Amino acid sequence: MRIFVCIKQVPDSAQIRVHPVTNTIMRQGVPTIINPYDLFGLEEALRLRDRFGGVVTVLTMGPPMASESLRKALGYGADRGLLLTDRFFAGSDTLATSYALSKLIEKAAEDHGMPHIVFCGKQTIDGDTAQVGPGIAQRLGLSQLTYVSAIDEIDPDKDTITVRRRADHGVQVLTSRLPAMITMLEGSNEIRRGTQADVLRAAQAKITQWNAAGVGIEDLSLCGLRGSPTVVKRVFAPSARSEKAVMIPAGDGGSATAAALIDAIFERQPALEEDLISEAGGY
Amino acid sequence: MNKIVFDAIVVGAGPAGNSAAYTMANAGLNVLQIERGEYSGSKNVQGAILYSDALEQMIPDFREEAPLERHIVEQRIWMMDDRGHTGMHHRSDDYNEDLPNRYTIIRAQFDKWFNRQVRDAGATVLYETTVTGLIRDPRGQVIGVQTDREGEGFYANVVVLAEGVNGLVGQRSGLRSELRPEDVALAVKEMHFLPQETIESRFNITGDEGVVIEAMGTITEGMIGTAFLYTNRESISIGIGCLVSELSRVGKGSPYQLLDRLKAHPSIRGLLEGSEMKEYAAHLIPEGGYRAIPELVGDGWVCVGDAGHFVNAVHREGSNLAMTTGRLAAETIISLNKRGQACTKKALGAYRQRLEDSFVMKDMKKYKDVPRMLEKQGSTIMDTYPRLMNGAAQTWFRVDGRDKKAKENEIVKAAWRVRGLGLLGDAVKLARAWR
Amino acid sequence: MKKELPEHFRSYKHVWVFIEFEHGRIHPVALELLGEGRKLADKLGVELAGVLLGSGADALDEATRNCVAYGADLVYRVDHPVLAQYRNQPYTKVMTELVQKYQPEIMLLGATVLGRDLAGSVATTLKTGLTADCTELAIDDERSLAATRPTFGGSLLCTIHTLNYRPQMATIRPRVMAMPQPEEGREGRVISYEPDLDEQSIVTKVLSFLPDDASEASGLAFADIVVAGGMGLRSEENIQLVRKLATVLGGDWGGSRPLVQKGWIGADRQIGQTGKTIRPKLYIAAGISGAIQHRVGVEGADMIVAINTDPNAPIFDFAHLGVVADAVALLPLLTEAFRQRLLVNRLAG
Ligand SMILES: Cc1cc2nc3c(=O)[nH]c(=O)nc-3n(C[C@H](O)[C@H](O)[C@H](O)COP(=O)(O)OP(=O)(O)OC[C@H]3O[C@@H](n4cnc5c(N)ncnc54)[C@H](O)[C@@H]3O)c2cc1C
Ligand SMILES: Cc1cc2nc3c(=O)[nH]c(=O)nc-3n(C[C@H](O)[C@H](O)[C@H](O)COP(=O)(O)OP(=O)(O)OC[C@H]3O[C@@H](n4cnc5c(N)ncnc54)[C@H](O)[C@@H]3O)c2cc1C
Ligand SMILES: Nc1ncnc2c1ncn2[C@@H]1O[C@H](COP(=O)(O)O)[C@@H](O)[C@H]1O
Repeated sequence: MRIFVCIKQVPDSAQIRVHPVTNTIMRQGVPTIINPYDLFGLEEALRLRDRFGGVVTVLTMGPPMASESLRKALGYGADRGLLLTDRFFAGSDTLATSYALSKLIEKAAEDHGMPHIVFCGKQTIDGDTAQVGPGIAQRLGLSQLTYVSAIDEIDPDKDTITVRRRADHGVQVLTSRLPAMITMLEGSNEIRRGTQADVLRAAQAKITQWNAAGVGIEDLSLCGLRGSPTVVKRVFAPSARSEKAVMIPAGDGGSATAAALIDAIFERQPALEEDLISEAGGY
Repeated sequence: MNKIVFDAIVVGAGPAGNSAAYTMANAGLNVLQIERGEYSGSKNVQGAILYSDALEQMIPDFREEAPLERHIVEQRIWMMDDRGHTGMHHRSDDYNEDLPNRYTIIRAQFDKWFNRQVRDAGATVLYETTVTGLIRDPRGQVIGVQTDREGEGFYANVVVLAEGVNGLVGQRSGLRSELRPEDVALAVKEMHFLPQETIESRFNITGDEGVVIEAMGTITEGMIGTAFLYTNRESISIGIGCLVSELSRVGKGSPYQLLDRLKAHPSIRGLLEGSEMKEYAAHLIPEGGYRAIPELVGDGWVCVGDAGHFVNAVHREGSNLAMTTGRLAAETIISLNKRGQACTKKALGAYRQRLEDSFVMKDMKKYKDVPRMLEKQGSTIMDTYPRLMNGAAQTWFRVDGRDKKAKENEIVKAAWRVRGLGLLGDAVKLARAWR
Repeated sequence: MKKELPEHFRSYKHVWVFIEFEHGRIHPVALELLGEGRKLADKLGVELAGVLLGSGADALDEATRNCVAYGADLVYRVDHPVLAQYRNQPYTKVMTELVQKYQPEIMLLGATVLGRDLAGSVATTLKTGLTADCTELAIDDERSLAATRPTFGGSLLCTIHTLNYRPQMATIRPRVMAMPQPEEGREGRVISYEPDLDEQSIVTKVLSFLPDDASEASGLAFADIVVAGGMGLRSEENIQLVRKLATVLGGDWGGSRPLVQKGWIGADRQIGQTGKTIRPKLYIAAGISGAIQHRVGVEGADMIVAINTDPNAPIFDFAHLGVVADAVALLPLLTEAFRQRLLVNRLAG
């Protein structure tokens, strides 16, 4: 089976700081990681390869440094890494990103054969839009299967697939046609630990790099800032509420405090007390 | 797996491992470096001092690219009591030179950069892989390492152990004995973020200038230990450490409590005010000095950096010794490699000789008695003298109608009261240990 | 570079809300968005439309009435058997056609599983901009939609505009916008659209739908009273202190992310940016520091009460009432005091 996995290198948002005065992101020293949601697709891809044979290709668009993420993915067991990098891509929003990635996928399909599945993450932790996957599916005419919790059946020869998909109040069981774009639900699997052979191969692997022209992008106005319909006009820190919490004296920290707290709550929200009294609580 | 035999395997990607791997890869050796962290420095988020010289020996133009925070123009040494400090400040515009001698760095970034140079020099580097043991041939010669990943291990002519102070590989393999609590300090440190402008105005610095404060005194509750504060570009590194043996003996609270008290100290509080604490970490420092240095070479292995106990606690030097020992071990291996000689214990003995000839062993020997002296005199030095000094300073500086002669007498009397003749003895001991 | 609206987009008018309609019911987020859409439409002086796709006249009739009651001036109604259950391909096709035919300037969708699946493909077919997961919408002086959303894990907010394309699309998370009051008997128009769809050409088929066990699904997002615990509870057993208080108050309970990560509570109980957004009348946070990712999920509460041992905990920056106390000790007392008080009042009343 031919499987592509789109991964994105993102700043570890747990470690991002905001400059207290200028409200700008202080990126200095913030480590980058593979977008955690992408790893569920990668693991699913590796499992399918283990079952059916074939090749798992990881792809990313980003600065040259993003090749580190590809290398890391190879260390988990992926077979090949492709990087699309060009200064023209700077400032891409999701529409421009899905355009560039779909061109990279077309190029890779030319070289290595059309993929049966393209995995994307459910969403990224920096952009958090969950649009790039659907965007790629739409542009390449792939069946779109998002929020998949399990792949029940797959037949790469007949191009059929059956999946379970998380919907709002239950699970949809869907059949569809390959090629498909799939996003895996978080928690549906756990990324494996690569073997010694995997990490050694990853450390020594050559990552193929393409630029815009290389993947056949002629109209640069579809890329980067120019190709992005959305414009970020303002970035700011969440405003502090004007007044801080009214503090209830802790007193003995016991029943008196509890009573004082309840008084204060009901004093502010008399309607709440009435609601509570009229409703049968948990007695 | 096809069994490639590397010229060398380096365990660890701290300053010692990076120096060894860089030097060997640069000389054309086929080097495999294995680091357990997610990347080089990932386990080491804090600030530190970089001494240029050791790095210049390998990468003369490192200043062009390395992530350096500030070059140091001012050094403060404080003796602290509960209410304040007395100390020495040394500052000079001479330190604003073309090739500054000391920098503050953030290890996570610096180590990562250094490690990239290692890879660019041609070494193969594996991350998130922990070396779990050494592979030996029937004669006991080390021929490779096993890791926590599935596989048959990695093979090489020599293994460089650069695994840091708590090097379990060496310990488990019986190359080193377990650390003694009186030979290691436990340090806790934090990073406090502040806008660059705030740091510069608080410390009276501009541009890339930086300040270092090193302190001792009642802040360690009489235990043997020191505290430090470094200015980075937009953060402050602050930490405190005490000998592990003291922490368990004296039992005056955990290192975190010490750090909390340090941060609340009147001399420190204002420097950190309004900052956002982001990272904290604890780390061991080998402080046993010369006498604690373990066996450094064996058949198929050498030991460098903190794993070899190379830290000069008095001068707070560690990473430079790590770099230098890493480089010297590498040079030894390179010359054996070029001559086609096996890395036996005997052949690797040349590394020991290189160490003896360098400042490394000379410094280690110079201070070999300090740890013992401290073990005996610790609380006097950490508690009594700081109090005396601060008391004396107050007596001296307060203008209160008493004549100066009376003040001098009071200062001397206070000192006698506390230490008596011991005062003289302490001075002699200190001088001896220092010599 | 200056982005301007090209001539051919100038005719795009009106505000649309995609009405998420499955298994015979409207997702509440669609009604919340009608409330918000109403404000935007009034500000722009245009009409507010609900876009309703599904199958079956009766169900769609009722949903249409609801849309109007909740503020829609008109409803685009598409009734076709292929649309009976949500699938990306036919829904994308119909939505794209509707936009091209009726030309809205703003289109809002819920940031639900369905909404996110659909919004991404529709925005791509239309080649327009989409701002995901918004928390605030406004119209600026140039009649442009200013969509504000958290970024970088919630540490910052950014305001995004789609200047040179139409429609301006946005998804909004459930419970971020207030639920409007329905107005019975409100009048509205209906425009029916006949799509050209045939089941043959749809590659994805729904084999079955396995509904969630209703008893397990937590109604956290819609509860009037929520009690939540954080790492300050210290141990898994102490979760029950939170549950007990919630029970006495007839509310629901939840927790901060670390509790989920530790496996102490289920993922559907997580409150915050990557969990549920709540809008209760009363929110009691016990032993929660109030990190920004937690804060964004609870800020819509009418009243936030925080119990924390650390007087400097960030939660006191946005709580209305605070107590510096040990939550493990205070929660049982609070539970008992509430119980007493309500009992006495109930007997009296
Ligand atoms: C609080 C504090 C402040 C300090 N300040 C300074 C200072 O200002 N200036 C200075 O020069 N020195 C300072 N030092 C000392 C300095 O940090 C050390 O001397 C130096 O880091 C030693 O380098 P190293 O490479 O030997 O070990 P380390 O830096 O500890 O590196 C060891 C590496 O090996 C890896 N490793 C360990 N075991 C394994 C394994 N089994 N498999 C794979 N990888 C493994 C680790 O993850 C680590 O990356 C300070 C130390 C502390 C604790
Ligand atoms: C991308 C991303 C998404 C995230 N999404 C979410 C999210 O959706 N929801 C979420 O909650 N978090 C989320 N987080 C995590 C968030 O950043 C915080 O780490 C988390 O909210 C902290 O949980 P906490 O307050 O329970 O724990 P801590 O931060 O450990 O705080 C515990 C608090 O309890 C207090 N305390 C201790 N003992 C007691 C006692 N006995 N009585 C009373 N108080 C006590 C302490 O003073 C402290 O304030 C996210 C993080 C990231 C990076
Ligand atoms: N620059 C990129 N390179 C590769 N894949 C990407 C990139 N941006 C987004 N993706 C993929 O699209 C998914 C959704 O991204 P987003 O729409 O930004 O939330 C991610 O999880 C990735 O799988």
